[in-house]
Amino acid sequence: MNKIADLPHPLTTPLENIDVSDPRLLEQDAWRPYFARLREEDPVHYQADSPFGPFWSVTRFEDIVAVDSNHQDFSSEPAIVIGDMVEDMTVEMFIAMDPPKHDTQRRAVQPVVAPQNLAQMESLIRSRVVEILDNLPVGETFDWVERVSINLTTQMLATLFNFPFEERGKLTYWSDVAAGSPEIAGGDVTQEERIPALMECLETFTRLWHERKGQEGGGFDLISLLQRDPNTADLPDRPMEFLGNILLLIVGGNDTTRNSATGGVLALNQNPGEYDKLRADHGLIPGMVSEIIRWQTPLAHMRRTATRDLEFQGKQIKKGDKVVMWYLSGNRDETAIDKADEFIIDRANPRHHISFGFGVHRCMGNRLAEMQLRILWEEIMQRFHFVEVMDEPERVRSNFVRGYANLPVRVHPR
Amino acid sequence: MPTITLIEFNGREHQIEAETGKSLMQNAMDNMVPGIDADCGGACACGTCHCFISDDWHEAAGSTDAMEESMLGMRPDRDDSSRLSCQIDVSEAMNGMVVRLPEFQM
Ligand code: HEM
Ligand code: FES
Repeated sequence: MNKIADLPHPLTTPLENIDVSDPRLLEQDAWRPYFARLREEDPVHYQADSPFGPFWSVTRFEDIVAVDSNHQDFSSEPAIVIGDMVEDMTVEMFIAMDPPKHDTQRRAVQPVVAPQNLAQMESLIRSRVVEILDNLPVGETFDWVERVSINLTTQMLATLFNFPFEERGKLTYWSDVAAGSPEIAGGDVTQEERIPALMECLETFTRLWHERKGQEGGGFDLISLLQRDPNTADLPDRPMEFLGNILLLIVGGNDTTRNSATGGVLALNQNPGEYDKLRADHGLIPGMVSEIIRWQTPLAHMRRTATRDLEFQGKQIKKGDKVVMWYLSGNRDETAIDKADEFIIDRANPRHHISFGFGVHRCMGNRLAEMQLRILWEEIMQRFHFVEVMDEPERVRSNFVRGYANLPVRVHPR
Repeated sequence: MPTITLIEFNGREHQIEAETGKSLMQNAMDNMVPGIDADCGGACACGTCHCFISDDWHEAAGSTDAMEESMLGMRPDRDDSSRLSCQIDVSEAMNGMVVRLPEFQM
């Protein structure tokens, strides 16, 4: 980043100096008062100057829903993050397409994450969670991000694709590569690495596809399900679409689930009363999972591009303007969510949050993410009385992924 | 107060005295009928209030607009009788209507 000045004071700096695309806001966990001020004083905020060019910020829950569900005026093309993607290789992902193309592609892969299919995967996923948790060191401090969150998410991805288990690290690597520039992922992938890595991903999955093709019975992994569906049975014949869909499933479920798996531990430690409620009643886990996903908001924003000049909440938005929906802010909007700044595991209506977005692009993997986190917490509570946070986490520098580089913890068995 | 019957996927029936002027989704929620999530709270933006309207009642339930169509289009279990219950305003004409709920919401 080309900024070295300190962050401006959130309450006294002129509104035009509030640049919520500054990745240090998440890295330093300093974002709350900036978004609170925008929601209050300038809910649809124009930032004339940023390293990503000018953009609009939409910060209130209701306004975000309005933008997210109006794909005619607010397009997902060419990109869905503030910074434009590198255009060295046009991988087709339907997250960055508008209807009708989006709908056709999504409809083809959506059934693979439908709850009936997920139910078939539950016991395998559970056995992998159990193994990870049973191998944690007791009586010493270790990094939850590495030992549990990353390990878990990588294993989940391998399970979902029935990917060769020993090579599962590649999935995480391709995910980081596909997510692109450091601004987006918070990681560091050079251009020279990108294309060969993506080609390797395509080749690997094409090979797996053909190997699996003739097999008896047919599994419930994502590849087998895509093969069985008439709409996607010939997917490898359209390599860029095939690669795009595979990558989207990998990327979509990688950082998001990983950081929710870490965020939950942190949230419960910061709110010991809620941890007590959970210990007293494991039946609260499903609702808590939704609350963790709200509280964490693993993806801080999605971006749209205005398709015409229009007026929105009194502001004149011009055709071609970037319009950024700050989910992170919407999830803290008191007018939509009661006591929005608090972490409350037994909320009356925990599913009413904005972390999965809304409209035709609403997260396709939301039931899968919830299932993974539910299983994780069911098994944690079977084993550990307390997963104790030993020190502040290191947070990822990004304006898109709200995540953790590490979280030192100790586990205390029941 | 029209009487509406909602049938869960497992066959359990719920007869409710619905309030007119409110959506079918809201009526189902107010009566604690399981099987509808309504994550977006009725904004036609999540698709988790999906239901199936029995044959004779399509006209009473009205027609879908473009936005409801695009949300319904994402449902793998969509069929000709699919509707989003938050987009159906309950009226007296719905007295006796039968509504089936899907196996899952997503
Ligand atoms: C807690 C975990 C997760 C969060 C917070 C999350 C969040 C999101 C968000 C915000 C969007 C865009 C919504 C919009 O534009 O309105 C999205 C889209 C998507 N997500 Fe997730 N996601 C999660 C887990 C997953 C998982 C596990 C998968 C794997 C299948 C996945 C696959 C996708 C796909 C395929 C899309 C594109 C949908 C479309 O454009 O139609 N996500 N997700
Ligand atoms: S409640 Fe969300 S679409 Fe009906």
